[in-house]
Amino acid sequence: MITLNRGAWIFVIALIAITVIVPILNLALPETSPLHVPNYIVGLFGKYLAFALLALSVDLIWGFCGILSLGHGAFFALGGYAMGMYLMRQIGERGVYGNPDLPDFMIFLNWQELPWYWLGFDNFFFAMVMVMLVPGALAFIFGWFAFRSRVSGVYLSIITQAMTFALMLAFFRNDMGFGGNNGLTDFKELLGFNLRSQGTRAALFVASGLALLGGFILCRAIVISKFGKILVGIRDAESRTRFLGYRVEHYKLFVFTLSAMMAGIAGALYVPQVGIINPGEFAPANSIEIVVWVALGGRGTLYGAAMGAIFVNLAKSYLTAAFPEVWLFALGALFIAVTLFLPKGIAGSFKLFPFGIMGRSRS
Amino acid sequence: MRRIILSLLLCFVATALFSPAQADTAALLDGLKAKGFKAKIAAVEKLAASGDDRVVAPLTAMLKGRLHKRKSDGTLVIIKKIDGKKFFFHALNGKKLGPAKSRTSKKIRVNNSLRGILRGVLGALTLFSDDPGQRLSAARTMFKSAGKDSLSALSKALTREPDVTNREALSRTLAGARLRHGSGAEKIAAAKRLAEFPDQEVRDLLARSALSAQGDLLHAVKEAAASIEQRLAFFNILQNLFQGISLGSVLLLAAIGLAITFGVMGVINMAHGEIVMLGAYTTHVVQTTVLGYYPDAVSQSLLLSIPAAFLVAGLFGIFLERSVIRFLYGRPLETLLATWGLSLMLQQFVRSIFGPTNREVIAPSWMSGSIEITGGLVLTNNRICIIIFAALVFLALTLIIRYTDFGLRMRAVTQNRAMANAVGIRSNWIDALTFGLGSGVAGLAGVALSQIDNVSPNLGQSYIIDSFLVVVFGGVGNLWGTLVGALSLGIANKFLEPFAGAVLGKILILVLVILFIQKRPRGMFALKGRAVES
Repeated sequence: MITLNRGAWIFVIALIAITVIVPILNLALPETSPLHVPNYIVGLFGKYLAFALLALSVDLIWGFCGILSLGHGAFFALGGYAMGMYLMRQIGERGVYGNPDLPDFMIFLNWQELPWYWLGFDNFFFAMVMVMLVPGALAFIFGWFAFRSRVSGVYLSIITQAMTFALMLAFFRNDMGFGGNNGLTDFKELLGFNLRSQGTRAALFVASGLALLGGFILCRAIVISKFGKILVGIRDAESRTRFLGYRVEHYKLFVFTLSAMMAGIAGALYVPQVGIINPGEFAPANSIEIVVWVALGGRGTLYGAAMGAIFVNLAKSYLTAAFPEVWLFALGALFIAVTLFLPKGIAGSFKLFPFGIMGRSRS
Repeated sequence: MRRIILSLLLCFVATALFSPAQADTAALLDGLKAKGFKAKIAAVEKLAASGDDRVVAPLTAMLKGRLHKRKSDGTLVIIKKIDGKKFFFHALNGKKLGPAKSRTSKKIRVNNSLRGILRGVLGALTLFSDDPGQRLSAARTMFKSAGKDSLSALSKALTREPDVTNREALSRTLAGARLRHGSGAEKIAAAKRLAEFPDQEVRDLLARSALSAQGDLLHAVKEAAASIEQRLAFFNILQNLFQGISLGSVLLLAAIGLAITFGVMGVINMAHGEIVMLGAYTTHVVQTTVLGYYPDAVSQSLLLSIPAAFLVAGLFGIFLERSVIRFLYGRPLETLLATWGLSLMLQQFVRSIFGPTNREVIAPSWMSGSIEITGGLVLTNNRICIIIFAALVFLALTLIIRYTDFGLRMRAVTQNRAMANAVGIRSNWIDALTFGLGSGVAGLAGVALSQIDNVSPNLGQSYIIDSFLVVVFGGVGNLWGTLVGALSLGIANKFLEPFAGAVLGKILILVLVILFIQKRPRGMFALKGRAVES
């Protein structure tokens, strides 16, 4: 725990507090109580926590290793799909067609048996392994090719974007066996707990909070270590680090794969809370939005990225409901303002605590 | 008046050809009133044999269900609508007989076999029409329907036909008819003749005749079919190539502005697609304005929107450079975010003003239609126009960069900014103008895209990824690379489509480009030397 500086401590304590208090206020207090947290808030913030984990994974590679991935939404969505497949299999005979093996959309498409890549997804632990393994494997293969041939900077950003775009097109196809356009939805229960019950939702909230906490401490441990110093070296002077004798591509590959796995876990937490996963999650625009959360919160600060994700999504939820016309203007103006006036993001630019409680932010 | 004289003349010619008795036509026409379909068929065939071209009108009406029998006196009448009201016209001489009331007439009913016969008969009759276009379509439609009795009419029409295209079509139809209904030697000759018309219809006909043919005929049919098969495959390749080039030129138009802003200036402009969209909306606005003041000139409005879109997009680009991008030089990833934000704002801006639905841009008359090289190869005019337009834009751009003073300064600033400043070039202004040029070209792309795609707030989004891929694939900082990149991606896409389907083909292309970039991280035509590292 000595790896945390003061800003990080504040973040960790606040996160633990929220993770503990919100479900208690939601479940233990009666609805009439003024301190009662409404059910929808729990779902909404659970979703934000998943996004915060996703932002954290992007900050790890972009903020500390200079890899700007414009395709991280793809890893998020793959994790989400792996979770969605498990949840689909849990529906069992309660689907519209009542088939114990085949999900509804497969019967609708006249499929006779479960495709091989769906096998095993009725097992929760297998599915959880896949949540990390599938995005991790894709990131490993993609990164292995890309970093080995020294594709970097803007070029890497563009091919990651092409990757998520290709995946989006692929998942839109019905033949892929992932529900095509409609994706996977109509989930019933997770590990036997009803997804609509408030207890399950609160548990998912806690799980998201814990995952974010774990992710944060892991990232923090990495960037503080010697390994993290080398990552920063790669970010600031890639050629020089290489000439010093480090195998730059190995470092990049490791951190890229790890980041993809974190994104996958975020996706797996997101799907049961919103109840649907569809190919729209692969849209390149989503991936760019993730980067903006990080940029807004403060690139290279970790907790800033997480706060940025929560802040932007809070604003989005409010503005799209209150002033739907204004939302894109506000988001767009935010991007421009942040890049022009706050190049280090909110966490990097403002000293919220003038007495130095935040500690020196690293950038 | 001229038309009447002509048709009279034609009547006379037709009469001379078939030598029927004029007066009989009216009597024959009454045969159509018969109750049974068999009797009607006989009447139709007799009418056809009369060769009197006045029967074309009643027979056409009969085919369309507009030939009626008036109940009061049993006259055959044709019902036509004039200004929303129905009127009776005399079936044979076309005189107006007063307003049509329902229940005062009874429809002459037709069934499917009768319809088939009517089509064939009408085809034969219009073979001698005075309008070359009608003769052509008659010759073409008869290919499938021509029966044994139309052989003589076809060969007569062929000897009298002055037009080359029509003669081709006629001899094709005649050969088809002979293959089905001719004598043994005629059939073999016809099969050989058909080999010269490589298209789908002929291929189907040959395949069908091969089933029943024997001996020499079978040999001839098979040989013709093989030769057609080969030529069709060849045309297929040409067609794919054309479509690929056309797709490639669309990509080129969308990407070439980006090649300037991204390739030459190193600015990642995610709002590039939205500038293309601005160009498309400018086209829409110019067209609506022209339509409001000079409705006749709407075909020319597209020409007017070319400079308009260039100016609107170019000025917007200069504004963008001065207000946002100049603060972000040397920070490409941040430029990416700021311009992405800008693209969101532009989309919402357009959505607020023009609404979320597609806006219509009318294609000018000179861009519609198509050129048919042969039966298997059709080039649509709007695609040809876009190819030419893309080529012109590319040419103009290379000339500007190569030969104008502005181009020289632009290259100087790109290659060595400090030295350019030292010799007195105001690099700030050159930056703004270069960005304006790239944006203006994007506006031009918008004009072209408005002709083939939906003008909607999402127009830009669908091209931005492709454009970036083209630029990166071709090699940054090189317009020729963009040209080659766009064309090769377009052609590769169209050749993959038949095997893999449109979506899978696109996915394959994306994967191939990703793999290609692994092999050559700086694109096909990479810059060499010191500029690479910067």
